[in-house]
Amino acid sequence: MIKIEKRNDVPTTLYFLTPFIAIFLTIIGGGIIFYFLGFNPIEALKFFFVTPISNLYGFSELLLKATPLCLIAIGLSFCFKSNNWNIGAEGQLTFGAIVGGGVALLFYDQEGFYILPTIIIAGALGGMFFALIPAVLKTYFNTNEILVSLMLVYVSKLLLDYLVVGPWSNPEGFNFPETRQFSNSARMPLLFEGLRIHAGIFLALLAVMLSWFVLYKTYLGFQIKVSGLSLKTAKYAGFKGKTMILVVFMISGACAGLAGVGEITGPIGQLHRMISPDYGFTAIIVAFLGRLNPFGIIFASLIVALTYLGAETAQIFLQIPKYTGQVFQGMILFFLLASDYLLFFKIKILSLKKNDLRH
Amino acid sequence: MYKNFLRYLTSVIFLLGFSASASAEFKVGFVYVGPTGDHGWTYQHHEGRNAVEAAGIKTTYVESVPEGADAERVIRQLAQSGHDLIFTTSFGYMDPTNKVAKEFPNVKFEHATGYKREHSNVSTYSARFYEGRTLLGHIAGKMTKTNTIGYIASFPIPEVIRGINAMTLAAQKVNPNIKTKIVWVFTWYDPGKEAEAAQALIDQGADIIMQHTDSTAPVQTAEKAGVWSFGQASDMQRFAPKSILTSIIDDWAPYYVERAIAARDGTWGQQDTWHGLNEGMVAMAPYNSAMGSDLVKEVEQLQKDLASGKAHSFTGPIYDQKGKLLVAEGKVADDGMLAGMSVYVKGVEGDIPK
Repeated sequence: MIKIEKRNDVPTTLYFLTPFIAIFLTIIGGGIIFYFLGFNPIEALKFFFVTPISNLYGFSELLLKATPLCLIAIGLSFCFKSNNWNIGAEGQLTFGAIVGGGVALLFYDQEGFYILPTIIIAGALGGMFFALIPAVLKTYFNTNEILVSLMLVYVSKLLLDYLVVGPWSNPEGFNFPETRQFSNSARMPLLFEGLRIHAGIFLALLAVMLSWFVLYKTYLGFQIKVSGLSLKTAKYAGFKGKTMILVVFMISGACAGLAGVGEITGPIGQLHRMISPDYGFTAIIVAFLGRLNPFGIIFASLIVALTYLGAETAQIFLQIPKYTGQVFQGMILFFLLASDYLLFFKIKILSLKKNDLRH
Repeated sequence: MYKNFLRYLTSVIFLLGFSASASAEFKVGFVYVGPTGDHGWTYQHHEGRNAVEAAGIKTTYVESVPEGADAERVIRQLAQSGHDLIFTTSFGYMDPTNKVAKEFPNVKFEHATGYKREHSNVSTYSARFYEGRTLLGHIAGKMTKTNTIGYIASFPIPEVIRGINAMTLAAQKVNPNIKTKIVWVFTWYDPGKEAEAAQALIDQGADIIMQHTDSTAPVQTAEKAGVWSFGQASDMQRFAPKSILTSIIDDWAPYYVERAIAARDGTWGQQDTWHGLNEGMVAMAPYNSAMGSDLVKEVEQLQKDLASGKAHSFTGPIYDQKGKLLVAEGKVADDGMLAGMSVYVKGVEGDIPK
């Protein structure tokens, strides 16, 4: 007979070690998959994890890819830490990009130092507004925030579709579903000539610092943590639960909105239908892999970003199907959840004695 | 001085050796927008790649590359890793292709269905799919009982509108009572949406379904409902053996082989290619015997005439929906007009989404 018991004392070191164990197991698992696909596992893993960042350009691409993941995951950590399950970061990203992109299009033929900051603020507000919808519905109408935030992803994506096909499409663009190119003043400044890494990375780093400060040094952070550990305690302590829910969703939405604006004013430079390859969903993995810890999230966003790049190089050099990238992301999450389970629960195998049945 | 000279010499030798090893083997790269198994657009480009490979030239491909920020990196990686010619096979790669082309003047780029050739190492190419649509229109006009043709359209870009118009004009010629009903799905590949669109059109009385999207879902829906259909991009006959009357096949293989050999032998030059039935870039799958031998003969003759130039898909008089004359009697539409086509011809129902 198997009995599953909750562990009372989970060692902190082990708690922060399990993500590494999960990554290690993913690499082993990946090697096994490559072997059965008929590739030399060592060589394949090298193309997957080393080749993409073996030069300066690759490293810049890694940071470029990690920036939106890190930003969104930082925002999500506020929600997840306080037991608010915001699954709709992708929608908040899209809506932020729509609002920010709308501002950029207003200034399409103008230059000026004020344009980019305006776009950034508009994007953050857009994301914030979009995240408030599930938050308000949850606090005042007791709806399920998972469903509402998830369904709103489709609303924002369809809205973006409508705008780039119709009213916002480029008048000189032969009806192709894309807007005009933004003006130079509406683009994130590049950090190095010839590389795509842009000033948006500072937004992500700023978010990391601020979130660390808020979560660990302020009363709000304390409230968030307590509500995450036990809602009853939080209520007993007299915390204003509703305000907190609204605030964490707003922070989360603003971060996702910033990520969206960073993409359209950074590498893309216009609005079209493909502004995000589901960063908002992938960031959920990033947030958990980073243990909802701001610095852990930096590390996790780099690892997950690497799985995207690795899938491309593995296909270019070895013709391994590109979907292995998603398989790797799935494996990371699976191994993380599995090791967490073993971390938080004891599995006891009991010998079955006759008198046990009487209990 | 002497030391410096030696240092220069060694670096020159090193560089020479390096560039020699990088260009040791001629390689061609392909960037696909969908999975190679979509049995439509990407599948056919992949077939083209296989032909290049069969011609003894080494190739690489990357599939399912989103048309967003990722495309530029993939194209650049191919250029960096010693590919000499790179085919980017979707419209959304237009700007990234031109951007990377600027940085790699020694690498040749071929962008499908776009119109920007900003650097001398970028060519563009597309096919006159509308010639195939003319044949479908002729068949549809003859085969329909309900006089209603259902058309699943992707995006209101000139290429798609051109197809709708070419088909409608040809159908009207053989059957003046024809109506073309259109559902815009705003996607190139979404089997679920495409199937729903097909069903909606069938429910509205369409007994012929055709598509300007890439999955096999519409023909399979038509097969189930017992109405006629046409395959798109590749021969989809095996997915709907009873329903499919023929398919328009995009045959990129000869073009890819020709351009790859030209690039390898140093004869590659910038060009804008728009090939059709004549050159074989557009081909027709075998006609379904249910059409009857008379109709098959008619269509085969029309196919020959379109290829030879004796017939043209857009021969005047052509009017738009409001009755305005677009092409005068006895004239044919020129390529400039075709490339920018953004109005429906008379007989198409509804408005172009704006």
